[in-house]
Amino acid sequence: MSERIPVVKTPKVYVGGAFIRSESGRTFPVYDNGGQFVANVPQCTRKDIRNAVEAAAKAGPGWAARTPYNRGQIIYRLAEMLESRADEMTGVLRQFAPAWTSAAEQEVAATVDRLVHYAGWADKYEQVLGSANPVAAPFFNFTLTEPVGVVGIIASDAAPLLGLVTQAAAAIVSGNTVIALASEAMPYPAITLGEMLATSDLPAGVMNILTGYRKELIPTFATHTHIRGIDAVATGDDATSLRRGAADSVKRVKVREPDIDWSAESNESVYEIRSFVEFKTVWHPIGA
Amino acid sequence: MEPTRLRTTSPTQLGVTSMAVTLDPSERDSESRDQKDQKDHKKKSGRKQGVPELIFGDLWQYDPAPETADPRIRARYDLFIGGRFIAPQSGDYFASINPATEETVTEIALASPADVDSAYIAAQMAYETVWRKMPGRERGKYIYRIARLLQDRAREFAVAESIDGGKPIHESRDFDVPMAAAHFFYHAGWADKLAYVAPGRTVNPIGVVGQVIPWNFPLLMLSWKIAPALAAGNCVVLKPAETTSATAMKFAELLQEAELPDGVVNIVTGAGETGAALTGHPAARKIAFTGSTEVGKLIMRQLAERGTRMTMELGGKAANIVFEDSPIDQAVEGVVNGIFFNQGHVCCGGSRLLVQESIADSFVHKLQQRMESLRVGDPLDKNTDIGAINSREQLDKICGLVESGVAEGARLYQPSCSLPSRGFFFRPTLFTEVTQSHRIAREEIFGPVLSILTFRTMNEAIEKANNTMYGLSAGVWTDKGSRILRMAAELKAGVVWANTFNKFDPASPFGGYKESGFGREGGRQGLLDYVELA
Amino acid sequence: MSKHSIVEDFGTVDRVGIEERVAKFTTRSIKKKSKLWGLHTAVSMVDLTTLEGKDTPGKVASLCQKARQPSDDPSIPSVAAVCIYPSLIREARKHLADSPIKIASVATAFPSGQSSLKVRLQEVKYAVNAGADEIDMVINRGLFLAGEYDAVQDEISAVVEATGDATLKVILEVAELETYDNIRAASFIAMQVLRAGDFIKTSTGKAGSSATLANTQVMLEAIRDFYLDTGIAIGMKPAGGIKTAKQALHYLVAVKETLGDAWLNSSRYRFGASSLLNDLLRQIHKEKYGAYQAPYYFSDAAGSY
Repeated sequence: MSERIPVVKTPKVYVGGAFIRSESGRTFPVYDNGGQFVANVPQCTRKDIRNAVEAAAKAGPGWAARTPYNRGQIIYRLAEMLESRADEMTGVLRQFAPAWTSAAEQEVAATVDRLVHYAGWADKYEQVLGSANPVAAPFFNFTLTEPVGVVGIIASDAAPLLGLVTQAAAAIVSGNTVIALASEAMPYPAITLGEMLATSDLPAGVMNILTGYRKELIPTFATHTHIRGIDAVATGDDATSLRRGAADSVKRVKVREPDIDWSAESNESVYEIRSFVEFKTVWHPIGA
Repeated sequence: MEPTRLRTTSPTQLGVTSMAVTLDPSERDSESRDQKDQKDHKKKSGRKQGVPELIFGDLWQYDPAPETADPRIRARYDLFIGGRFIAPQSGDYFASINPATEETVTEIALASPADVDSAYIAAQMAYETVWRKMPGRERGKYIYRIARLLQDRAREFAVAESIDGGKPIHESRDFDVPMAAAHFFYHAGWADKLAYVAPGRTVNPIGVVGQVIPWNFPLLMLSWKIAPALAAGNCVVLKPAETTSATAMKFAELLQEAELPDGVVNIVTGAGETGAALTGHPAARKIAFTGSTEVGKLIMRQLAERGTRMTMELGGKAANIVFEDSPIDQAVEGVVNGIFFNQGHVCCGGSRLLVQESIADSFVHKLQQRMESLRVGDPLDKNTDIGAINSREQLDKICGLVESGVAEGARLYQPSCSLPSRGFFFRPTLFTEVTQSHRIAREEIFGPVLSILTFRTMNEAIEKANNTMYGLSAGVWTDKGSRILRMAAELKAGVVWANTFNKFDPASPFGGYKESGFGREGGRQGLLDYVELA
Repeated sequence: MSKHSIVEDFGTVDRVGIEERVAKFTTRSIKKKSKLWGLHTAVSMVDLTTLEGKDTPGKVASLCQKARQPSDDPSIPSVAAVCIYPSLIREARKHLADSPIKIASVATAFPSGQSSLKVRLQEVKYAVNAGADEIDMVINRGLFLAGEYDAVQDEISAVVEATGDATLKVILEVAELETYDNIRAASFIAMQVLRAGDFIKTSTGKAGSSATLANTQVMLEAIRDFYLDTGIAIGMKPAGGIKTAKQALHYLVAVKETLGDAWLNSSRYRFGASSLLNDLLRQIHKEKYGAYQAPYYFSDAAGSY
């Protein structure tokens, strides 16, 4: 009996609910821990970003209009999908991350729990961030939050799964939609995450994941005026140019250091959600 | 038209079969039938003289549409203590019947004070050794499991609820069970976020809490009690109502499927004696009670010496206030939904309609029309709107109060729907010409009976609405936003529904003023009642 | 009634409330004999429609034959009417001369209505002279949204006159009116100048959206209130968007529970539809003989898969 030849997966990025290659057709190779070639991953372009923003903008109104309970259930189901395929994801992390063994299992478990945590915020953060305001006049005055819209994410290399999911979950729980640039050094976990997104009931376009080179793509993230906020793991010149580009469209920019501890509980907070919501205050007379 | 006398025979024969109340011709404007007449729609009354009434007859009958899913109810249930089903020490069981057929559904264990004691011991053990030590995020995941399992087995639980308690299957299927699952889902997410519940203070669980729930929304009331208690880190001893214990015991089985640690939730079944043992037990650091104001007061007296923490969710006599500028048909729907939903077995039910005098006649006429298409019957028929009254006892109480209404001179109306020949049923009923002095305007009937009063001005409406010892809920119907907000500010009620009624959500705090109780369930405010502030 | 508040004149509708009400209609469970009665009745209420730029005499001939004999099952009634463009009325008459099936024609510059009143009225007269039994007109939405309610009503009156003895159906084009308050007001504005036996209708089927249970309910409630106020019974026709038998049954539940028995027939209720008919036939077949049917078992079915 001859040995069975395995079928190798072609990695594609998850945009608008579909798995696609880059519009440029370009790819770059990824190698595993032992230096073995694994696959060619799409090398996305600014046009891919443009298309992903279109998809995210299209999905936005529907996602924001869902009940908070519904959004919470969907994010919880994403946790279910990841948990049920924990072995696969752990294997992916081990395959690519240098010298990781039990850390991979921990990262997957922490990611599932992080999703459960943010799922649970969906129908609660309003009760913490919003308020009824006691103004000195006969008006009912209340402050509500609203998602900002399309949010761009530049993901971490150190925690290619946990970091990306933390940034994304905090953004989408309130009704934002997301375009994420996966870790450049380790894009494969994000590719696998895309498959789990597709089976989680998350509507197409709510979360879109691109792979490619940071230097090439960050400028477009920074200057695309339809991206209303950016959550980036960046430092030094990268961070500065991000902020400069963002200034042109008055984006909200959140920059995180590359060496933060993603597993710390401080990453689970309503204030992560606050970064990408608007506050709207409404007045209405109280009378006859 | 003479007030109709009720015959004091079998409950199922109750009620008059009068059609829509027609106004005396002399009361109507005489109108010419010209173009202008056709165009003038600011009518005070509901119907032009001589126009035939609409026919809601049997041209197109809905055939029986029984729900056939298996409720998987056991022949007998033991007590659920320490994660296991344990026989009651006395060896006694009592029958739980289906109020639509009067047949036995299952046998329920009768818990003695000794059993209640075992339950509290199990709860304390679980609290000290497992639950208080568990991080919030892990506790939360158990509660999420419960929510998901309840969603999986939703249809089964819905059928069981209808069989045991009498409510229509489309309500238990579309409201009770999904809402119960939602309560677990919502509260699961608070378990690891308690730091946000009380800004400025640290929160700790209370410890072991005792809970007693009523028969009107058995599974839902169970979820309202257990979900926040567990999320906050407490352990529970709960008694369901004696006429509706089946879904609580099925829930206990579900807890085993969820692998909830033993003793975190304990369910003891029984009636008044069991309840008194539960509320009076020294290990209970808090008692949560939902039920009648009368029993609530008994418990408060019982706990007076010890000073145990309590929350009370008691009776109500809500005013549903309809102004002339309201969206009329939706207001009619809201009024109907407010008092006939769940056979009127709703503490926050809109049992008083306060309608502005200028539209009173036409509004009542529309109500009567709407009532013509309400279907009373077999709870398991998917087309039934109004199911069985929960017990003979409750039916007798409703009949008694309705008789008093007639005797005191209010005018009764019931549509002409047929009733099943056995079981406990009552037609939807409305009384007009009711004043605040009538018993039917002041006492909680807890049945499908609406008392209708009128008002002229907003201030009068406020006075009448607040003229009660209860204060659970109120409804306001008007097109004017500022009026809604003023009414909401003035109404002494814990829940105000504007241009809607009977809306519930786990995120929305619920509870009453005055003799409707104290404490809240749902939302952040509800969680505060299950924690200690450090 | 100049530029009054239409809310003051006709009342207001709460969107959330009415949508909850109609959702309850969809939970009614209609089975067996009850279902068959509903399906048969729905067939008898269909205005079988073709309103395409590419309609030809051949298309209309085929439509008329389908209208007369929807299926080989003789117990299944014929439809109420065919609904076509005016230029094809004569063709329809050839095939329906000896039949009780009505010929309904659109007129008044359907679907937009954007033409002079004179031209619109001429078209109505043309259709009536060609042999139309029923006229489906469109109201002037531009005038309505500008608040010119008297003018809207005057135009409808003029069309009533031009229609003569034929039955008039007034299309409100609910999608363009947008709010339920507007739909209720437009219903009354039309009914006030209609005759018993005329209809109000939801849509042309050519705008973005068409009949829904909710916008239809607004109109049913207006019909009911108008009837009780005046004794004049106006009919209802939801059109567009009703494709399945299941939907049709929901619409009939709405009629049963809002207007009652007297409206459950084709002189007071119609479905403006085309593919609905075959779905009704499929479900009737399943009810009678037990097996679900493929679409291509029924004449004039689209889709071959």
